[in-house]
This record gives sequence, C-alpha cells and structure tokens, in this order.
Amino acid sequence: MVEHGDIRVVHRGGSKINFRDPVISHDSRLLLCASGECVKVFSTSTEECVHDLRGHTGLVTGLLLKPSNHLQVYSCSADGTVRLWDFTDGILIKVQLPSPVPCLPSLWQPPAHTLFQLVAAHLPQSGDQLVEARELSAVIVDVSSNPAAIGEFIASAKRLQLEVYFFKKQKFFLKEDNKKGGRNTFTCVACHPTDDCIATGHEDGKIRLWRNFNQKKEYTYSTLHWHHNAVSSLCFTPEGTNLLSGGVESVLVQWRYNQESQKDFLPRLGGAITHINVSPDGALFCTSHSDNKITIIQSCVKVSAVIQGLVQGDSVKTDLMVDPRSKALVLNGKPGHLQFYSLQRDKLLYNLDIVQQEYIHEEGLQQFEVVKAAFNASGNWLATVEERQQKAAELELNLKLWEFDEQTQSFVLNTTISAPHEARITAMSFCLAADSQTTVLVSTSKDRHFKAWQLNSNTHPYTGPSWSCEFVGAYHGLVPECCCFSADGSLLAVSFQEVVTVWSPSTWELLTTLSQPPGAVRDLCFGRLSCSKYLLGTTGNNLLCCWNLLTCSLEWSTVMDISLLLADPLSEDMAAFCCQDGCTDLFVFKPNEPRPLFSHKAVCSGKVARAVFAPREEMLESCEESSQWLNRSQLYFLTQYMDLMTFSTKAEEEQLMASSKQVETTVRRLLQTPAHVLPSTSFLCSMFVRSLLISVTDSREEDKQVKEEMESEKEEEDSEGEMESSTSRPEAAAQGGQASESVAPPLTRAQVRELRRVKKLDHSWLSDILHT
Amino acid sequence: MGEFTVHRVRFFDYMPSAIRAMAFNPRTERLAVARADGAVEIFNFADNYFQEKVIPGRDGGTVEALCWVGPRLFGAGLNGAITEYDLENLRPRYSVEAYGGPIWTVSGDSAGTMLAVGCEDGTVKMFEILDETIRFQRNLERQKGRIISLSWHPSGALIAAGMIDMIRIFDAETGRATHRLLVERGAGASKSREVVVWSVVFLSDHTIVSGDSAGKVQFWDGHTGTLVRTHLVTKWDVLALAVSQDESSVVAGTSESIVVQFQFISSTVGRQDNEWVRTRTFKNHSHDVRALVHTETAVVSGGMDTQLVVRPLLDKVEKNTQESSLRKIAFPHRSLVCCAKKAGLLLFQFPEHLELWRLGESEGHGRAGDSLPVKRKPEKLIHLKRKGDDHIRCSAVSPCGGWLVYATVSGVRLYRIQHDNNNIGVTKVSKLPKSLCSAHQLCFSSDSSKLFAASGLSSVVVVALDPLECKHLHTLRPKSGSRQPVHLLCVSDDGKWLASANTDCEVHVYNLKKMKLHCKVPVYSSCPTAIGINPVTSNLVTVHADQQVFEFSLQQKEYTEWSRRLQQRGLHPVWLQRDTPVAHITFNPRNPAHIVLHDVFMLCIIDQSLPLPEARTPLLNQMMLRSLPEAERSRQSHAFKICKSFQHLLSMTLLDDQSLVAVERPLLDIVSQLPAPVRQKKFAT
Repeated sequence: MVEHGDIRVVHRGGSKINFRDPVISHDSRLLLCASGECVKVFSTSTEECVHDLRGHTGLVTGLLLKPSNHLQVYSCSADGTVRLWDFTDGILIKVQLPSPVPCLPSLWQPPAHTLFQLVAAHLPQSGDQLVEARELSAVIVDVSSNPAAIGEFIASAKRLQLEVYFFKKQKFFLKEDNKKGGRNTFTCVACHPTDDCIATGHEDGKIRLWRNFNQKKEYTYSTLHWHHNAVSSLCFTPEGTNLLSGGVESVLVQWRYNQESQKDFLPRLGGAITHINVSPDGALFCTSHSDNKITIIQSCVKVSAVIQGLVQGDSVKTDLMVDPRSKALVLNGKPGHLQFYSLQRDKLLYNLDIVQQEYIHEEGLQQFEVVKAAFNASGNWLATVEERQQKAAELELNLKLWEFDEQTQSFVLNTTISAPHEARITAMSFCLAADSQTTVLVSTSKDRHFKAWQLNSNTHPYTGPSWSCEFVGAYHGLVPECCCFSADGSLLAVSFQEVVTVWSPSTWELLTTLSQPPGAVRDLCFGRLSCSKYLLGTTGNNLLCCWNLLTCSLEWSTVMDISLLLADPLSEDMAAFCCQDGCTDLFVFKPNEPRPLFSHKAVCSGKVARAVFAPREEMLESCEESSQWLNRSQLYFLTQYMDLMTFSTKAEEEQLMASSKQVETTVRRLLQTPAHVLPSTSFLCSMFVRSLLISVTDSREEDKQVKEEMESEKEEEDSEGEMESSTSRPEAAAQGGQASESVAPPLTRAQVRELRRVKKLDHSWLSDILHT
Repeated sequence: MGEFTVHRVRFFDYMPSAIRAMAFNPRTERLAVARADGAVEIFNFADNYFQEKVIPGRDGGTVEALCWVGPRLFGAGLNGAITEYDLENLRPRYSVEAYGGPIWTVSGDSAGTMLAVGCEDGTVKMFEILDETIRFQRNLERQKGRIISLSWHPSGALIAAGMIDMIRIFDAETGRATHRLLVERGAGASKSREVVVWSVVFLSDHTIVSGDSAGKVQFWDGHTGTLVRTHLVTKWDVLALAVSQDESSVVAGTSESIVVQFQFISSTVGRQDNEWVRTRTFKNHSHDVRALVHTETAVVSGGMDTQLVVRPLLDKVEKNTQESSLRKIAFPHRSLVCCAKKAGLLLFQFPEHLELWRLGESEGHGRAGDSLPVKRKPEKLIHLKRKGDDHIRCSAVSPCGGWLVYATVSGVRLYRIQHDNNNIGVTKVSKLPKSLCSAHQLCFSSDSSKLFAASGLSSVVVVALDPLECKHLHTLRPKSGSRQPVHLLCVSDDGKWLASANTDCEVHVYNLKKMKLHCKVPVYSSCPTAIGINPVTSNLVTVHADQQVFEFSLQQKEYTEWSRRLQQRGLHPVWLQRDTPVAHITFNPRNPAHIVLHDVFMLCIIDQSLPLPEARTPLLNQMMLRSLPEAERSRQSHAFKICKSFQHLLSMTLLDDQSLVAVERPLLDIVSQLPAPVRQKKFAT
C-alpha cells in the first residue's frame, strides 16, 4: 500500500462563506469573511474578491477587527492559532499559538466532551511574528458557539439558559423555564452597544430584550414578535437606535429600539438569513444566507451588492459535473436551477433556470426539482431531468435538452420531453464519442426500460432539429439501475440488477451479458485509455468487479464497500470511495494494476455520495508516485455536510504560498541591510519601473514588494500606537484573571495539561462538530 | 369510592357580571372589586385570595370607582352619589350626593383626610372624611368637560386630573390649576375624535403617567408640564393604569385585552439615570381590561370577561409556591345553588330572580360511565322575581320543598310552596317576626320545621315555620362579640346541632335542643370555606381557605384522633396547591366514614378508614388503582379519592336516594355569552 504522505484534504474553492459572521471594515469598503481555510476580502461595491488571506491550516472559525487598529483583523481557526492580518494588503502580521482573544467569538473544545469553552487569553507584547500565549483562563465553561460581548460583560445563550459574565464582578445565570409546549429555546444573542440590554432570539420566533440583569432576580424583559419561525440572527446598529433580526422568512426586520411597535421590513432576500452584521459606521448592513450568499444592504432600504458562493442546499440531487466548455463545476444551485461555478476563480459564473417556474418558500410543499443532468463530450448539449412527486399524485417527470448557443454564450432549451418514462429515471448518460454527428442520450428508469434519445434534424423544418426516442430496450423485465458508455462510444453497458448487459449503440444489438451474482450492480464504469478493455462495477454486497470485455470474463474482484466509483477522464486512474465505520476512505487505482496508486484513510466522516475529477488548467509535474494521479485533474468531493473538499499536494500548497514567502524574504533582506549600504531610492525606483515594463508575470510580485515596503513603514507607526494602548491592557487582563479566580474554578493542573495536549492535536475533527 | 347515579345539571345559566373597578388596601391586604351590576366583593389576599364578603348591588347603582381610606371603603358611580360601605353588615352605610352629575372617579389622599371626586360637570369636589360621614368642603377650579380620572400626589399638595384632550394639575391648597398638559389625538382618521384620558397616575417624583383612548401611555414631567416619553401600546384604548408601591413599575390595561408593564430601570450598570422602559406583556384576558391593581408581588386585573386574574411577577416571588402560580377567579366562593334533598328540587339564585327546578328522572341501570336514558326531563317550576331595587343576597329552599326564602339588603321574604300534582302554588308568608329583618345566610332544618337566619353581630335567628304563623323562637348569640358577618351555616341531620362560621374565622356550635351555645371551635388563622356535621358521629368537619381539613368532635369538644393524625402527617402537597377553595361538604349516611367535598375542578371523597397518603405517592391515583389487581389495589389506595370528571362545578349534593346532583357551569358557555372583544389577535399582525 502506498501511504498518502504529503497529500492533504483541504477546502479550496466553493467553501462556505456563510459559516461565520462576516466583518465590514471601518470605511465600509471591504467585507471580510471566513471561507474554508482562508479569509476572503471582498469589495463591498464591486463584489470582487480583493484578497485571499491564506495561512491557516484548519477551518477559520472567527474574525474580529483589531480594536486598536482598524486596518488589522484577527482570525481564529480550528488549527489552534490566532492570526493577525493586514487585510488591505493581505499580509500576515502575527501568529499567536493557541490564544483566543477576549471578545472574539472563539472556540475551544476539550475532545472528551462536546462542550465549548470561552477562554480569555492575555496577549504578550512581542515583536516576533510567532507568539505563544501562555496565560489562558477559562471564562465560561459550556458556552454556546456564538456569544456576544460588549464593554463590561459577555452574554452567552444556550438551550434554555442565558449566561451573563461581568468582567468586573461575577457571573449570573438568567434561566428561562420551558413552559408546557413553549419553544423558547435561545437561538441567538446580541448586546446593545451603550445600554445594558441583551436581545435574544428564540425558537418560537420571539425576540426578548433583557434589562436590569445586573441585579439578582430583578431582571426583566420585553417581548417582540414578528417572526413565525426561529430567529436566527440579531444585531444592533452601532448607535443602538435599531435592532435587526432575521430568520428563515428571509426578511430583514428593523426594529426601533425603545419604540418597538415601529418596524421596517426588507423582504425577499433569498435563502434563510443566518447572520446579520452592520458596518462600524452603520451605513451598510450585510446578511449571510443559507444558500451561501452575502447580501450587502444600504441602510435597510436597498440591496447594493450580492456576493454569491457555491450554492449549497441540503442535498445535491444531480451528480457533480464539469462543464467541458467553461471547465466550471455544475450542480444543483438555487431551487430549480443548475449553477455553473468556476473553481479556478472561486466564483459563481451563472445560474441556469431549468424548471422555469416560480419557487415558493414554504415548508412541506413539493415542487419541481432538478434531479439529473448530463453534458455530452463537447459540451454543447445538456440534458436535465426534473421531477415532482406529490403525496397522492403521480410522479411528474420532464426531460429537457439544452443546446449551447454560441451567440448568447448560454444554454437554450431545445426539446422538452414530458413524461419520458413512466417511473423515476435512475441514470442518464451521453455517448462520450467526440464526433457530434451521432449524439446519443441513454436514460434508464424504474419502469424496467431504458431509452435511447437522438437528435434528428429532418422532422420539423420550421423549428429546427429536436430530440426524439430512438430505441427502447429491456432485459427480462428487470429494472435498469445504471448505464455507461465506453470512451469511444462503441459500447453501452446497462446494468439490470445483478446482470450487466453490453449493447452496441449503432445497431442496438445486445452483445453480451456479464453477471457476478449475488448483489445488484450499483456503479458501472469503463476504463480509459490503455485500460479501455475493462469494465468495472460495484455491487450491493460490497464487491468491486472488473470484467475484461475482450474475453467477456471476470478479470478480478475484491471485497470493498464502495459508495462511489468514478474514472478520471484524462487518465487511466479510477477513484473509489469506501464507507467504513462511519468514515470514508479513498483508493485510487488503475484497473490493470493490482496495487492501488494511492490510498487515504478517513478522508471525512460520513458517506461521500458525490465527487468529480476536474481537469487542471496547467498540468502539475509531480514525480512522486503517490501524487502523480493529481497531475492532470483534481478530485473534488462533497461531504455529508455539503462541504466541497479536494486533495492538495505539498508542492501545490508551496506553490500557492511561494509568491508571498518569496516577497517576504526579499523584503526582509532589503530592510535588514543597513541604509547606507543600499543604493539610492531613486535607483531602486527606476529598477522597479523597468521591471514592470519587462514582464507581466513578474510585475505582480514586484508590485507587492513595493507595497510591502510601504507597509513596513506603516507597521512602525502602528507599533507606536500599540505602545500607547498597551498601558490599559494589563489592567483589563488582571481584572479578568481576578474574576475567573473568584467565580469560575481555576483550571487544575490536569486541565491545563489537557489543554496543552489538545493544542498539539490535529484540529480537523473540529470542523465536523462545528456542523452539528 | 362508591357508585352513584349522577344528575349532571347544566341548565343553571349563571352569568357573572363584568369587573368595573378595583381597589387594593395594602395594609389589610384586602382587594375590593366592583362589578357592573353594582356588587362589591372583598378578597383577602393574605388568605389564599378567599372571597370573604359580597355586598350585593342594586338597580341603577353602578360603581365607577372604588377607594380605600384606611379600613373604610368608598365607592362612587354614575348616579352621582358617594357611598361608604358597611363591611360588617355588608350593605351601603350611607350615600352622599355630590351634586355634580355622574361621578367618574374617586380618589383619597395618602393622609386619609380628604376625598376628591371627579364629576361630569367638570368640577373636582373635595370631601372631608369625618369619623362617621364625609362632608363637602369645596370645589377646585371648574373646568370645561368631564373629569375622567384623578390622582393625588403622595404629598397631598397636588392633584392630577385626566379630562378630554388634556390633563390638569391642581394645587390642592388653593384649588387653582397649575398646569395644563395637552394630550395629542390619535393619528389618521381618529384625528377628529377627541381623546379621553382614561387613567392618570401621579408619582412622588412628580412624574405623571397617563393612559388615553388613542392607545398611548405617556410620561410627563409634572414640574414643567412637558411630555417626556410616549409609548404607543395599542390601537385601541388604554383603560387602566396601576403603579407598584415602590413606584418602580407601572402596568397599563388595554381594551385589546393585554396588560403592558413599564419599569423604571437604569440603562447601564451603576448609573442613576433611570428611565421608563416598556417590558413585559401579559395576555390573560379575552376582553377589555377595565381595572388593574399592582400589588407587591403580582398584577391583578379584571375586565369585561368577568374573571379576576392574579398574575404573579416571577422576579418578586419564590418559585413553586402558592404565590407563584397564575390564578383566575371565575366563580364566586359562595354557593348560589340550594338543593332540596328530599324533594329533589334545585334552587338557583340570580341577582334579579330565583329559579326552582325539579330534577329529571332516569330509568334502567348502566355500567359506570354510561349515561342513562331520561324518563322525565328537568322542569322549571318557579321563576320568582324579587321585589324592590336591591339584589338578592342569599336564598334557601327547605329539604321538603315546601318553603322558599330569600334575603336582600333591606329584607327577608318567605314563601310557602304547595305542590298539587301539576299545579304549583306560591304564597308569600306575610307575617314574619320583626327580628327577621335582614340575613347574611339562610338555612332550613332537615325536617323543614325551622328556619335559621344569620343576622348582625354574628347572631343566628331561629324561626319556627308554620303555614299559619311563623314565630321567632330564639336568637343565638356567640360570646365572642365579633362584629363580622356569618358566611356559613350548617345544621346536623338530627336537628340537634347548628354550626356557624364568620369571617373572623370563628366557628360556633349551638345546641338546638337547649337553644344555647354549645362550644366554640379553636380559632384557626385561615377562614373556613365549608363546614359540615357528620349525621352519624356528630363530628364537625371544617375546610379552610388554605386547604386544611379539621374534624372536631362535638361530644368531646376536641379535635378527633383522625384530625390530629392528619395534622401530624400534613396534607399532600398536591392537595395544598389547588387554587380554588372547597365549596361544600356533605356526608353519605350509609357510610359515615366518607366525607364528600368538592371545589370548582374536582369532587373528592375522603375515606377516614383508609390510611393517609404519603407525600411521595401520587394523590390522583384512581385511574392507576383501576388497573391493579384486587390485592394490590387495597394496599395502594389511600384516603383521598378524587374525581375530575366534573369541571366548573358550582354545587354537588347527595340526595336521600343516594344520587348525586352536580351543577356545572362550563366556562365556555359564559364566554360565548360575552360581547365580541374589540380585537382578536391574529397571526402575524
């Protein structure tokens, strides 16, 4: 077995941008959000991504503007570090080993329990880039993952309990009883910027404003009720004059503070609202939505920009596909749409409306959904299947064929076939042959038939060519489950439960049957290139079979519980995802070789049902045996929590990091050299300008270099500012320390050791828990 | 538990009347409630909210406002007179005409020397409170438009008066108006409609709180006469305001059936800049909230839906105590139903009239839980209208069904009823002894030969009944000299004992053979709500407002062994947590160990032969026992056998033929007769 060595499972492209609260910069020009393992900086006016702040090796779990310098931002991550960035230029300034900052919604978790702990850390003043914070004190044990803080206290709401922690005094519990039938579980919490008022959202759609909580028992609250479902986010505007709330209704509600009968609404924002944030000057609001979107709103009246990530619904019905033309990832997007997502640019290209009906946001309403889609080899035909199953009614099915229109650069509906089959379509496949003359589409269905569809040009002279059924095949009244064309289009394999039938698409003749009972065939796949004589299939009883089509016999078989089998279109490699003990393992192999090329244990928890090989723009040139399979294409897969993950080699990561690293070293050398040894600035400048003129690729680096220089000057100024602000800091920390001693039991030695141990551990498991 | 044939009576269409005004006396912890029919009820908040006293109303005597001055209670209404109530004889003591047209409001100053009333003609009239009466002193400066609401400043120097479109502040010394606060009218279409300041509260820091018909609660600065803050609470009217004793909380009742609380709290920790913030909203009513009281621990509200709601403020009370539960008092704590045990007749008492019904008859036998076919339907025999203006205070029918008596504030009327096959004759007994001029409680002896009437000074008048002439036999007087009225009377079946209970918590037992006081039961701190004498053992059973049960042996003149055991063991916590008092006690002559008692929500038979329940075991175990085998059942069963199949039970009597008469008045029937509420809360509006 080949060990995976330096290949890592990473988030790259298509990550969630609605995972945590985004942050708007002080001048309202930039919006920062955690996206997978990096922090993305978007422009609020153009919606473009300005910078990628890369450096974390785990999921980024929180962002906070540095209070003393509004051009810097802290980010914390599941890798156990807190990093300080200059986000206008995209430069890493400082790394703090495990030290969640006070007031940062930061997460900490002892592995034995599924608890979050809020810890206060004292940040040591130090000039080094890598700093280890040693003084940690637990503030609240068993905290919710999203506490809110302001000035003198932290409020944290979890289940039926609201905890308020005063930095100066002690901690109180405000507890609400669960009355009979009441659904008053806390869902979110926000603090008023000036008044002592905590707003909490509840599962039943009520908002409570808690006041007077600094006295035991005498606390009081008022209730606001507009939402009919759980309130998912609350936010006060910086002056405290308005309270914003949102929920599954996707309506932003603006309540006047202290005049709650007046409220404003901004409806129809798209998916359910998950986070609401306001820029520090109160001019911009931004809402994160469950469909991986951030909407930027100008003072609750006008949507000014929409930043759309990869739309991730609850499930993806279609396979993951790569559009052969644009090399974009294609999958279900908005309800009734297919989305085209560019993985290279990490940007949604466009949505294609397949269903072409208004979607109604109502729970339990059955509406048309796109369940299957397929491209032909050249990418100028797209076939989609949509279905609607209402409880008592019959299944409604539509097969649509879309032609790519060169002029409009989009797909245009060519043919709609209503009720192409009498029952649900189980699989659909285009003939992969490159010649577009005889494009054939095969669909298999639960109605025990498979149908071949072909474009015939001579039927309707007025409307142009359209698609019609050419052949209906069946085999002993069995249900066909999957179908697959060979790479050259000369063979079609259709599996009927345990039996694999091989047909000739030109004559529709049954050539042979292959069978390896027992167990129904789940996946079928032809080998590519040198392995094209092989047909691989997985069966329901954990068997991977490989048939040789020349001898029509079983070449080999092995026992494996494979949930997904797919072939790389650019090489002989095949990837198999195996589900074992709640984890998924990956094996990459060639059908003609007994040893797998690569194996990766525990790629992620849960079952992987969707994956795709995406061809690379530039081929990698890795000579290591284990990573050669990643040279031509990249393997993307969706986890059960709808995270899009991929595999990345060390070389690739280094390449990504290289540019910035290179800049850093040169800048450091430049700065460390005594000034009198350096050539004059005018000389350097002219050198720099010349470099711009010579090469385009180099220019970017040089550009950065200059910026870096300017930055370094700025940094010096900043550090002076820090010196001034540092006087107040030890005081606050001391107070924090006292408080934790008096109330929260100080961490025992064993706990501290445990914490230390956790720091050293891998934090990838945290990302799974964050989803639950 | 035993099996009974049950007459399930639902034809008593009793209709309580709406609550108009309330006043709370924090010193004695008594709440006075005025209803739309003019009746005034006194609730004792210190004694489990027991309805101690009821002063019946009279025609045309609506009460718009109530006011306690020390222990004295004053009321005033649209008839233009101020009335002081005699709380010992349960009648108006005197009325003083104010000569200012209908009176909308009455308010006493904190010193207890002055009474201010607001009149229709725009005058605020000041009355001096004397020991025996009140005397008109003077008018404050006369205004145009009626005075709707009044509030004294706690110092007694200023009065705020709510009027149409404005609030006036008067100097109580000079009688001059010092400020005029203009109240804004509602927006939109209601701009042309004048706004009525329904309620006004003057706080000691010179803040004035007003509630008006445009749905606003406004906070004013009384020094400068400027508006501080407006809270738009409802689209309809804010009808009532109440303030807590420490002036940190104000509640407002609206015609939208909600009660809104405002609290005086600081916006940030440690700062003193308190401000009034709208906080909680209580929705316990279905109709207008007309009257509000803010006690130390609770908000008490009442209105058109006739229920008195005590909503505890959970931040002021301990959890899981008697005080921390929400109470809705929907039914009176005295019986309005009298049953003639031998004749099978039911007497229903209404304020305006009496109804006498004959119970229906059924035939055949059925299993437990079956309803039997009705052979003869119940029949209304007599509809007797009362004479005069005063409403009926109490009534009784004799066990043989031959006598009927009722009492008002002004007199007692006795009727002889003759059944002659299908003909019913009612003749008024014209000659009554002079001593029978008024009665707080009426009762017939079990052989229908004597009438007992509770009279003033806790005395009981005994009258011998005779178709020709009724003679005064004796007046039984207690030795204690209590001035409080008797609210319970009870005669033993053998005619030997008479027990009476008064609101001083005293229970006296008289020997009717010797016509003298037999003994006085040791006084318990809580008021008795029901008393009964066991016909076989002659033990007196009393149940008190705090749900305690005592048994007193009349022969030994001491508590019985069972009663002592019960006190030692303590009653079951579930029993103590019930929130309606036991209304009636009867006994089953066939099984003298059984005490049958009921409250609004349950029927209970206490079997004295069985062991008492442990605090840990479930009190309600009838359903569980049914599923157990015989041997296990006897081991598990305990003395309290509770049946909850009857709800909103007004009366429960055991007839001589071993059938039970249960009179129910479902709350839904009452609600359906109420007028439509102003606004029903609809989803997402």
